[in-house]
Amino acid sequence: MEDKLIIGGVELESRLFTGTGKFPSKEVIRETLEASNSQVVTMALRRVDFDNPEENVINYIPDNFTLLPNTSGARTAEEVVRIARIAKAAGCGNWIKIEAISDNKYLMPDNQETIKATEILAKEGFVVLPYVSPDLMVAKRLEEVGAAAVMPLGAPIGSNRGLKTKELIRILIDEINLPIIVDAGIGKPSHAAEAMEMGADAVLVNTAIATASDPVKMAQAFDYAVQAGRIAYLAGLGAVKDYASASSPLTGFLKGE
Amino acid sequence: MKIKINGQVETLEQKVKLTEFLECKGLELDRLVIEYNKRVVGREEWEDIILKDQDSLEVLRFVGGG
Repeated sequence: MEDKLIIGGVELESRLFTGTGKFPSKEVIRETLEASNSQVVTMALRRVDFDNPEENVINYIPDNFTLLPNTSGARTAEEVVRIARIAKAAGCGNWIKIEAISDNKYLMPDNQETIKATEILAKEGFVVLPYVSPDLMVAKRLEEVGAAAVMPLGAPIGSNRGLKTKELIRILIDEINLPIIVDAGIGKPSHAAEAMEMGADAVLVNTAIATASDPVKMAQAFDYAVQAGRIAYLAGLGAVKDYASASSPLTGFLKGE
Repeated sequence: MKIKINGQVETLEQKVKLTEFLECKGLELDRLVIEYNKRVVGREEWEDIILKDQDSLEVLRFVGGG
């Protein structure tokens, strides 16, 4: 069955986006990414620590992946734009995941700064994927200013709590004519399947895979869950009812008249 | 002479080529991102840059992130 997601002119068969943070070692990143069947991978940009110069994470990303650098560390639109331009100049392509965050406890995105940055970067030709709190009016503004997708959070970053914002994400799926990629909070494959079943176009998973006892196996589990959820969505879920509705005929018993 | 590197002031005895400076720091040059005096400079420009007094340098790289 042909069921592709197209973002920024790139056709994607996999609807699982994978992050590269929090892995126990860089060596396991490559194997995990391959097992995930994913095609889009995120990473962050940081100053080199001269006392401890680590190897670049890009060296561990297979060549066939679309790179999606994020702007983590940015608090304002201005900082987002600066990081995006640096990432592009570094040869990362023109995809950018916007994170504009100044709240250190819940890491909640600043939707207003995100809209400003999206407008600037979309005009510069970036394929902009903004990470936001799920809000219909914000998502509509992002659509107007040229976002390539909208990435609503399911729960705070790294919390593994699942789709706490499910009803709000559902509204975005219904009303926004852009791919909706659920990002943050997805803690287990069933959460990913749940997002896909309700019609999300993709999910981004990092912590749940990277901090699993066996990240490679967990990546595979997420791949299957995302596929299962998508197929279920395409198949059309049955209606939810308050009372029983027999699956077997209720007439023609052996006993009786 | 003093230059600012990743937000810290560092004193250098003499002018030095950017590439030599980075190598002295034990860095592999592949995939580093350099912002020189607030401007991102491509790999092809590095050879021509000689660090001088009051220069500002950001040396960045990609790390794991979600």
